[in-house]
Formats: sequence, C-alpha cells, structure tokens
Amino acid sequence: MSAIRFENVYKSFGERVVLRNFNMEVQKGETKVVLGEGGSGKTTLLRMVLGLVQPDSGQVFVEDQEITGLSEPELMNIRKSIGIVFQEGALFDSLTVGENVAYRMREDATYSEEDIGNTVHRLLGFIGLENSIDRFPSELSGGMLRRVGIARALVGNPPILLYDSPTAGLDPITSRTICELMIKLRDLEGVSSIVVTHDLTVVTTLASEFAELQADQEVMFRTHGDDNVGLKNTRFVMLKDGTTVFEGTEETLNHTTDSYIQDFLT
Amino acid sequence: MSFLYQVLNEVQEFTLLSYRTVTGMARKPRYLEDLLIQMDRIGAGSILIVMLTGFFTGGVMALQSAKSLKAFGAINLTGQLVSLSLVRELGPILTALMIAGRVGSGIASQLGSMVVTQQIDAMRALGTDPTKKLVAPRVIATTTMLPLLTVVADLFGLIGGWIVSLYTLRLNTSLFWSTALRSLTYNDVLEGLSKPLVFGFIIGMVGCYCGLNTTGGTRGVGRSTTQAVVSASILVIIADFFISKLIMEFR
Repeated sequence: MSAIRFENVYKSFGERVVLRNFNMEVQKGETKVVLGEGGSGKTTLLRMVLGLVQPDSGQVFVEDQEITGLSEPELMNIRKSIGIVFQEGALFDSLTVGENVAYRMREDATYSEEDIGNTVHRLLGFIGLENSIDRFPSELSGGMLRRVGIARALVGNPPILLYDSPTAGLDPITSRTICELMIKLRDLEGVSSIVVTHDLTVVTTLASEFAELQADQEVMFRTHGDDNVGLKNTRFVMLKDGTTVFEGTEETLNHTTDSYIQDFLT
Repeated sequence: MSFLYQVLNEVQEFTLLSYRTVTGMARKPRYLEDLLIQMDRIGAGSILIVMLTGFFTGGVMALQSAKSLKAFGAINLTGQLVSLSLVRELGPILTALMIAGRVGSGIASQLGSMVVTQQIDAMRALGTDPTKKLVAPRVIATTTMLPLLTVVADLFGLIGGWIVSLYTLRLNTSLFWSTALRSLTYNDVLEGLSKPLVFGFIIGMVGCYCGLNTTGGTRGVGRSTTQAVVSASILVIIADFFISKLIMEFR
C-alpha cells in the first residue's frame, strides 16, 4: 500500500512547465528525500499532495485514494491525514505559538480545552519550545518558527508528513535539531514523508543516522545500522526540469556518473 | 485578444469567489468571533474619519450653495439642498470612497501578506476554508457597517451645514433643520441606505479578491493594495450611477 503516488503528472504555470510526466511513489513508512535546484517543481509537488494545486493532467493518490478533481470539502478530509511544514514556518502571525499549535484542534471543535492544552504542551515539549507558548511568531527566530511549524503539523498524529526545505537558511546547530526531529518521527512514529530540500547535510544525516528508544525512554541517535528499517526506508529522488533524473538509495546517489547530479552533490 | 481574455478571466474569478463566499455563509462552521472583530475594526475604527468627512462636506456645501441660492432669493432652502444631496448622493459615495481607502486597502494588504508568507496555504492545509474564515467575515462586516457609517456621515454633514448656515450665512437654526428634515422623503432615505449596502459588498469583496490573488512577494502586496483601492473606488462610482438610475425608474 502506498501513502502517496504520482502518476504521469504534468503541471505548468503559464509558459513555465514545472512538472512533466512525473511519477513517484512513497510507500507506507518510507521517507522520500526530493532534491533539486530552486524552481524545479519541488514545492509544487508538496502543494499537489494537499490538493492546494491541481495537476493539468495525470493523477495524485493519497493513501490509495485519488485526490485529483476532488472538491474543496472532500479535500478537507484528506488533509486531516497530512501534516506539512512550510519553508518559513507559515505560522499565523496574529496568533501566539500555543494558539498556532492548537489551531487544528480548535477548528475541529470536538476537543475539550483540557485536551487541547495537553496536546499543545506535549508537542511544544517534543520540539523543546515549551517556554515560548505565549510568544508571537514575530518574536521568534527562523529556526524556532520552523520547529513550531513542525509541532503544528504533528497535531492529530497525521500518518503523512511533508517538509518544504525544513533547514533552508538555518545555522548548522538548528539544522541538526530539525534533522533529529525528522529522524525521530521516521523511526519512532513510523510516519511516511516527503522531504524537499537542497541541503546536503540533510541528505547525509537522514541516510546515516537512526533513532532508538532506550530502556529509560531516552532517545539515542546511532549510525552504523545497515539493517535499520528507517535507513532502508529512506530513498532519494532528484528532480531536473520537472522530471525525475535519479531515484534510489544514498549509496547509489553518491556513485552515480550523471554529471548534473555530481555537480549538485559537490 | 489576451487583454480581453485576462479581463474576462478576472471577472469570472471574482464572480466565483463572491458566489463561494455568499453560499458558504449558509454552511457551518461560522466564524462569529472573527466577524465581531472585523465589525469593530471596520465600523468603530472608521467612525472618526467618516465624521470629519461628513462634517466638512456638509459645511462646504452650505457655503457654496448659499451663493447661488442667494441670487434667486432662496437662501432659506440651504437646509433642504444640503440634506437632499447629502442623504441621497454625497453621504453614501464619500463614505464609501473613504472606506475603500481605509478598509479596502487594509483587507488587501493583510490577506496579501498572508498569501506571500504561505499562511493561506497553511490554513487550507489545516482544514480551514479561507473564504469562510477570512473573506466572509470581512464582506459581512463591510456590508453591514457601511450603511451605519453613512448615517453617521449624513448626520455630521447636516451639523456641518447647520453650523456654517448659522455663523456665516446668519440663517435661523429652526429654519435650517425644518427645511432640511421635512424635505427628506421615505424614498430618499431608502436610496441613501441601499447604496452603501451594495458599496460595502463591493469594497469587502474587491479587497479580499485582490489580497487573495497576490503574487510576487512583498512587491505584489503593494500592487494588490493599490489595485484594491482603485478598483473598489471605480466600481463604487459606476454602481452609484446605475443604482440611482434604477431607483429613478421605480419612483
């Protein structure tokens, strides 16, 4: 069973073609890292999974249900199983951090304020920003915005997560924190995800490290686990001019002879 | 050809957004809190500028018309002239133009910034329909608040006209008010209140449409803000002509 599937998708904005004859499948529990230079259609791809843009032709499936051509109310149901982390966080600037994280639950109107409070505290604890609950997005740094964005995406435990350049423009330490969050979600929660990025440290970190829960409930990050499920389930896709030029593991990515990919990696 | 296509496309998109907004109002969820906030910002927040606009418009009308009326020996009719032109025409249109400048631009720039920072995408991704959460409260607020603001403008216009009549034209207070109020018919008031209802809808809808169709970063926000004010003002003036004509036909 696949979490997300693209079949022969074509999309253009006016004269500019962003995706042509694009095929990709994300299995349940798989992490697909999509690489490509700016303007190669990566963000459009994520917006298409949510039904925020419709392809000109071809089909998109989420959890084996076709979402192309669905009406906005029907898409609302599909979107419940997807969390997305936007490039700059895209937090609502009129709401506090806590209200941003609580947004989805408040909209649902079936949760008690106590439930909402507990979830917000748990998620802000997960991203390590419990003290910022009453601050406004304008008071936070770029990395903090991104982390709150992750917390907001995790409300309702969606089985699918989409990351749009989650580490772009961040310092190495914050990048590392975000990578660790992604690894924890992949290995401990088993989410399926698409990570759109052009940051090569994300590639190497996701391909070489995995998270393990210790006996004392502490999370440990390890390398050298060739048979680890999380690492095996992390695969890479390279986009160029709207089509896939590479798909496979990190090892094959590093040993490819394609000059475009080699240029990109060096 | 491409220009014509573009115009038709804009008209189509605008009509679709209006249709979705109006039909969406009947369905749950309703964002009552957002509506009250918008009503406060748009209505209460605009009272001062509307008061000033009305007051000085009424004043200048008394000043200008008195000169011509005097030539015909009809200076006693100053009150009637001020009240009729204010209630039927100048009150609604000047209030609408002021609100298009203050509120239409505000709506367009706020929604435009939300578009360029992906907040609208985030909202849809989190399961909220922006036409219900953002557009509907703003359109309802402008549509309901503009008639009320127009009444405020009319009232302060009459006060302005009265003060000018009293101190510069040396007209009798009771004469001014009795001619001003007695000349108003039910139809005049109806015309004066139905116009801002339409104008309010136009201002809210155009502001939201321009805001939501922002492209091209912060520069785009500036562009759609300007576009919102210009389009709303022109549409208000065009609509004013046709509503006046329509009401005359039925009179």
